[in-house]
Amino acid sequence: MLFTPFEIKETVDMFLRNKLDIRAITLGVSLLDCSRASGKESRSMIREKLLRVAGPLVKVGRDIENEYGIPIINKRVSVTPIALVAAASDDVDYAPWAATLDGVAKELGIDFVGGFSALVQKGMTTSDQRLIDSIPRALALTDRVCASVNVASTKSGINMDAVREMGRIVKEAAALTADLDGLGCAKLVVFCNAPEDNPFMAGAFHGPGEGDATLNVGVSGPGVVKAALEAYRGASFDEVADAIKKTAFKITRMGQLVGMEAARRLGVPFGILDLSLAPTPEVGDSVARILEELGLESAGTHGTTAALALLTDMVKKGGVMASTHVGGLSGAFIPVSEDEGMVAAVRAGSLTLDKLEAMTCVCSVGLDMIALPGDTSASTIAAIIADEMAIGMVNNKTTAVRVIPVPGKKAGDWAEFGGLLGGAPILATHAFSSDAFIARGGRIPAPIHSFRN
Amino acid sequence: MNAIVTVVGNDKVGIIAKVSAFLAERDINIEDISQTVLSGNFVMMMMVDLTAATKNLSEVKAELSALGESMGVSISVMHERVFSAMHRI
Repeated sequence: MLFTPFEIKETVDMFLRNKLDIRAITLGVSLLDCSRASGKESRSMIREKLLRVAGPLVKVGRDIENEYGIPIINKRVSVTPIALVAAASDDVDYAPWAATLDGVAKELGIDFVGGFSALVQKGMTTSDQRLIDSIPRALALTDRVCASVNVASTKSGINMDAVREMGRIVKEAAALTADLDGLGCAKLVVFCNAPEDNPFMAGAFHGPGEGDATLNVGVSGPGVVKAALEAYRGASFDEVADAIKKTAFKITRMGQLVGMEAARRLGVPFGILDLSLAPTPEVGDSVARILEELGLESAGTHGTTAALALLTDMVKKGGVMASTHVGGLSGAFIPVSEDEGMVAAVRAGSLTLDKLEAMTCVCSVGLDMIALPGDTSASTIAAIIADEMAIGMVNNKTTAVRVIPVPGKKAGDWAEFGGLLGGAPILATHAFSSDAFIARGGRIPAPIHSFRN
Repeated sequence: MNAIVTVVGNDKVGIIAKVSAFLAERDINIEDISQTVLSGNFVMMMMVDLTAATKNLSEVKAELSALGESMGVSISVMHERVFSAMHRI
């Protein structure tokens, strides 16, 4: 036999018992050529282009699932930030642009479209401002469109005017979807150092430095890492690190295989593979449970940051060798509501907002899918964003904030978002005001170590 | 295409015979076969060639899965390239 029984059983178990899957194949499509003076004309060109380029995506995904026996959970599209595409148009309200994207997604059976986005780390154009103002309505009006705004970078510093704006926008997005526990906010992410090739939502967009179309892949697989570590109880960190690395390599190779095959069938270049371990609310698919497997009684207790640092780094080291191009966010995600173990840790009282912030210094994204009390002020949300942006800016890494101030609910109440987004108990924020800090506006300059030329 | 059929469960009389007969009826050739016991489970693996198969892959998968259920074992079919990608550099 070409493979040993152990190898075959290991692979089959990964899929059947440990919930390994491809989280998403995401087709990035440039819409720069759809820019017109008339918003209406531009939107109709976008529709035509997406129907043409992304038309076969869902079928290609299903065919690969069937032939290879690998589940592909989501088929997604990311587009050029709409603030760039719409800039030449006569439109003031950009919500209809989101409606166009949503319509195409529904027509083609695509799960999410990312790219209702603006890049404002240094300053804001009129078009950026229009897009940002349209976000709450765009998210309330559509089901499958995701929005993101990059407000900071290591090179440019933090645009604190944009941070203040985003505090307000997050509140508005929650208010307009109050009957759904503020679901609009689950489709909105604020970035520092946003990657241009990220396949994961809500932050996916097709960066202006990308080509016409490209296929990016995001894998999942926390259950596989947890299962592999069960054989190493009591072992030293050297052995544990090696076990994670080997597992990450295998998971990534599977992602690379699917990505190359999907790109070939769609006739577009393969872009990147995102190594991130993406959890789901299902039991057996949790990043928190990996941290606990490493020896912590409950995620969030002392030692969690070190455990997460080890996990993130070993996932990268194993994955980098397995793929031709690695990109996106690539690390370990710690979304609270999407991870059964994180939810349990919040319930147990071991995981707090402050500890999550510390964890984001070493993970791949940031404060993700965290439900906050409904009466959290816009300036407090802006201040939470500012803290997270500072971590990303100073540490030369991507950080993001996706928080949901759940209307009418308070700390300890349950918020439900449904599906892959899950649900979570609401975490308490600090009671003290950041109003005067956020009211200042302007820019926080880039850190000294950003001047590397 | 080549695929790997894996049967996992409690050992009993006739598993190989039934799976082989099923494959033969659909013109699916067995290129290699091996069986062992791993952590208390009976594990049988077959490398099969589906090029001349009289039924398409999704039908074969669904029917094999049903056959497995009738014998109290679990049967999966995956593309050979998945195993190559994971275990061969």
